[in-house]
Amino acid sequence: MRRLAIAMLALSCAACATMTPPKPWEKGDLARPSMTIGSDPLGDRGNAHVYESKEMTGGGGSVGGGGCGCN
Amino acid sequence: MNMEATGSRFRRRVARVAIGCALASAALLAAPAQAVGIGAVAPAFALPDGAAKIVSLRGLKGHVVYVDFWASWCGPCRRSFPWMSAMQKKYGAQGLEVIAINVDKRRADADRFLAQVPAQFTTVFDPSGATPGSYDVKAMPSSILIDADGNVALVEEGFRDERRDALEARIRALLDRS
Repeated sequence: MRRLAIAMLALSCAACATMTPPKPWEKGDLARPSMTIGSDPLGDRGNAHVYESKEMTGGGGSVGGGGCGCN
Repeated sequence: MNMEATGSRFRRRVARVAIGCALASAALLAAPAQAVGIGAVAPAFALPDGAAKIVSLRGLKGHVVYVDFWASWCGPCRRSFPWMSAMQKKYGAQGLEVIAINVDKRRADADRFLAQVPAQFTTVFDPSGATPGSYDVKAMPSSILIDADGNVALVEEGFRDERRDALEARIRALLDRS
């Protein structure tokens, strides 16, 4: 059982190792509008604006905080 | 007691395997140090243009060559085309050759782009991505200025309006020297 678990872990790691991120010239499909998470660019911008104005003390949609150093 | 010992041995073994895998994948993912080096011989290419005529870098020896990697999905490429057309028109007689290498997987995408944004310079097609690979392109678009001896003089990543004059000055300097 444990040996199987180790084998599975090694296999899954090996699978990750063969994956490389796409090169800059291979991002054509990623750049398509249908690859965005939202469906309506204008609506998404509006939602993001409201969210950031409400939640900016906690960093809004990004990682950093509001500059007070408390986050 | 015995169970505990086997448990910790198992954990150690799992940790070792995990570390080994992490190191292996890190080694595989490690990218080459930098894009094609300044002063190095520009990697050769021979690619078909719109009329399936092969354009090779070797055939352009003696010319100052401005190689531009572009794609239909790349926004700044759209802005760079009129500038490259202007450069070709202005300096073509002095020996400048603008070669725009398209890296689209689907030729139809490139053709649609070219119908919207006319190109008054040579456009070639490399759907395989071998040429951007050999130049180790880091950004889209990327431009490589190659002197008359076939050596890389400048690598420009992206296309920014405020760099137009500096790029033109470099082109002019290389043309004056050759």
